[in-house]
Amino acid sequence: MPSGRSLPAGAPDPMAAQASRRHPAAGTTGAASTASTAGEPAGEIAVLWITAGLSCDGDTIAMTAATQPSIEDLVRGAIPWAPKVKLYNPLLAPEVGDEFLAAFRRAAAGELAPFILVVEGSVPDEHNKQEGYWASFGTDPATGQPITTCEWIDRLAPRAWAVVAAGTCAAYGGIHAMAGNFTGCMGLPDYLGREWRSSAGVPLVCIPGCPVQPDNLTETLLYLCHQFAGLAAPIPLDEALRPRWLFSQTVHEGCDRGGYYEQGEFGDAYGSPLCIVKLGCWGPVVQCNVGKRGWIGGLGGCPNVGGICIGCTMPGFPDKFQPFMEEPPGSLLSSAALMTYGKAIKALRQFTKDSLNKVPSWRAAPPRRST
Amino acid sequence: MPKQPRQLVEMSWDPITRIVGSLGIFTKIDFANREVAECHSTSSIFRGFSGFMKGKDPRDAHFITSRICGICGDNHATCAMYAQNMAFGVKPPALAEWIVNLGEAAEYMFDHNIFQDNLVGVDYCEQLVRATNPGVWEQARRTEAPNAGLHGYRTIADIMTALNPFTGELYLATLAASRYTREMFCLMEGRHVHPSTLYPGGVGTVATVQLFTDYLVRLARYAEFMKRCVPLHDDLFDFFYAALPGYEKVGLRRTLLGCWGSFNNPEACDYTYANMPRWGQSMFVSPGIVIDGKLVTQDLVDINLGIRILLGHSFYDDWTAAETFVAHDPLGNPVDQRHPWNQTTIPHPQKRDFDGKYSWVMAPRWFDGKEHLALDSGGGPLARFWATALAGRVDIGYVRSTGDGVEINLPRTATLPATTLNWKIPRWSNTLERNRARTYFQAYAAACAYYFAEQALAELRAGRTRTWTQFAVPEEAVACGFHEAVRGMLSHHVVIRGGKIANYHPYAPTPWNGSVRDLYGTPGPYEDAVQNTPIFEENGPEAFKGIDIMRTVRSFDPCLPCGVHMVLGPGKVLETHCSPTFGR
Repeated sequence: MPSGRSLPAGAPDPMAAQASRRHPAAGTTGAASTASTAGEPAGEIAVLWITAGLSCDGDTIAMTAATQPSIEDLVRGAIPWAPKVKLYNPLLAPEVGDEFLAAFRRAAAGELAPFILVVEGSVPDEHNKQEGYWASFGTDPATGQPITTCEWIDRLAPRAWAVVAAGTCAAYGGIHAMAGNFTGCMGLPDYLGREWRSSAGVPLVCIPGCPVQPDNLTETLLYLCHQFAGLAAPIPLDEALRPRWLFSQTVHEGCDRGGYYEQGEFGDAYGSPLCIVKLGCWGPVVQCNVGKRGWIGGLGGCPNVGGICIGCTMPGFPDKFQPFMEEPPGSLLSSAALMTYGKAIKALRQFTKDSLNKVPSWRAAPPRRST
Repeated sequence: MPKQPRQLVEMSWDPITRIVGSLGIFTKIDFANREVAECHSTSSIFRGFSGFMKGKDPRDAHFITSRICGICGDNHATCAMYAQNMAFGVKPPALAEWIVNLGEAAEYMFDHNIFQDNLVGVDYCEQLVRATNPGVWEQARRTEAPNAGLHGYRTIADIMTALNPFTGELYLATLAASRYTREMFCLMEGRHVHPSTLYPGGVGTVATVQLFTDYLVRLARYAEFMKRCVPLHDDLFDFFYAALPGYEKVGLRRTLLGCWGSFNNPEACDYTYANMPRWGQSMFVSPGIVIDGKLVTQDLVDINLGIRILLGHSFYDDWTAAETFVAHDPLGNPVDQRHPWNQTTIPHPQKRDFDGKYSWVMAPRWFDGKEHLALDSGGGPLARFWATALAGRVDIGYVRSTGDGVEINLPRTATLPATTLNWKIPRWSNTLERNRARTYFQAYAAACAYYFAEQALAELRAGRTRTWTQFAVPEEAVACGFHEAVRGMLSHHVVIRGGKIANYHPYAPTPWNGSVRDLYGTPGPYEDAVQNTPIFEENGPEAFKGIDIMRTVRSFDPCLPCGVHMVLGPGKVLETHCSPTFGR
């Protein structure tokens, strides 16, 4: 199968119509798509990563937890067909201060290309006050004052090959944008505009999660690397700009406790191994693959390990899910409807299970014969 | 007195990398006398948790406050849960406490590990040592590592090469260890870094045989790793003292250490404020304040009442005229208006002015009845060990406080025999000792985890598998939680009215360590430690990297989710103090 046209199975791609027009965009960067046939990494792409939105840096920390692929896989060019990633992230950089900022300054001046801009943290409204700053990144040598994070986004986004909002704060505002906040902050789609496209025609990519599931983050970067190399179709995104293959399913559809829900078996105390929807789990209506992928190395997660889903991948997070430890209103009806059906199904299954738990009669030892 | 005429050069580093968050460090350096004359630390981000938490359901507090920090958010969630337990009057089942302790132990194992050898470790790697001190690199190549037989690296230079980013063997092994320790964390608390299975009243984790099996196999792997890591770091740090005589003065400050205690003991902890002094002292890391080598208190009520939040040179307006939420604590002791229970946050963004207001970090201090002390955490482990050693209360076999140190006993692992490691109270509260304590604390957390796992399995085998206790949210409550975030003291203070949060103030270690000058002119610990630092770097102002300053700032394990800034290059000559009469 020509990998250049491979799309994740299932979901139709709203960008497909534009794909033929935009797909060759990778060519404009000069990426060596021919190299891929020889199994060699296709050139190099810089990743400029700003953690200076209103953030906890949890998405950068998540990056260090990923194994599929790991950050060292990307940096060392270990994954076939992907260009090597030249990473500029403050957590891991050997350089400090202006030496570290040099790459960002060069990129803003058009002297470092191509690059993917990753933004972490929500974007504050710097116009809602007289002076000063809510969030900044480095100091302006001319004024001695901090350079705001918004200025960096304004300078870098127009020159980026693609822009990625890492984590729910950058994607939709997240925790910092909770009602009653001081900073007037928002997600990148609200700051740049939902229809924003990079100079190479790539739409804004949001990878939500609070924090982002580690492998979801690095895998999306890998996809973009393959797209950049001219090998993958434009990244398929849903209406909230999330990668479709990661966020089409609900938590519930991938939850290993879904069987309890089906049988109408609901936990009434935290620590129960049953379905915890009545304890505040929003899994049935939240788009996230945590049940399938686990958290790190396949371990951990949310409802699959006893943690209620609080909707952290959703644009409505957190306000629309609070208070978290209350049963979601919608589940009252659906779980009540299940009680009769589920109990009956369970009883029938118990009957069959009892039968299956017995070895077939002919496997019994033959009766002893005595003379 | 400086020996040479002072000529100060302004040098700044913004942002400081290889930390969590945004920090800028602005200094004036006296190259003639090879010392830092002045330092300001500034945080470049405001997030405003205390603002948007008002009016929220108090059960949401641990979910929200976890988002304060992206590397130790679970410490916040845990501390918030401790405060919720006090506010709601609920005591979790013992098994839940052991599960939380196992999760938090995994967090210490992961976080200290990644910071030590992937972040601060780079300051000691071949690449940076060659760029800043070629003479030291040459010496490292000639110096045999005393513990080579334990860790496998023949010379100190071999250790430094192993720390090179993305290529060094130890660097890569550490990244791998940071993952399986986070898997251990996820087993107990669901997700890293914002847990899914913590609740007031206990945990949602399902305690099964498999849960503990999965944890134990990883714990044993880590314990084996520690038997190599601890002697390796002893060799590395001892080498710096030997190679650069006087290096003990780098990052040296007066011993003013605070530790709020970690790992609750379910046999003692009932989460009541009245009993807090007693159950605080039964924690497996003892709370305490150490001043000039003396343990001045180990009582969490004393510690609580002494906390003062000064504004100093930070971007906030004062709240002395604002509401007093808690005039007296539940024991009837008066509570100061500058205590977190009574804090009202009034942000006032403005231009940065190092003579005026220059940071989003306030100035927490501890009032001992006479002065407002700028306590630091020593990056976490130094204060924890110092307080635990002097308190002399912990003795669980796997770890033991000896009065002058802490003994750590790691059991037999796949290829190595049972090993005892002894941390001794050092002569200095300085850069290298903050780092040394960190590596020992990784082993301490692992040793404690053996004990917690033993206790948890005993509960499981006895059939006591419940992990959560029912509670009701009261209309009115005043509560606090004390814990140790990875990098130091952590407190959460909450006031509940009408069943909602009326006031909430978390104080993490970095507000203490990275605080600004207060109204008395006392600098914060980063500022203070850097200001005392002699310069050993071989580069002059033109190629200056500020490695000794960076090592000092990073020794505190800064975690701002805010930064330190360094401007490289020739620097601007600020002022020249010539004093011909007294010049020598």
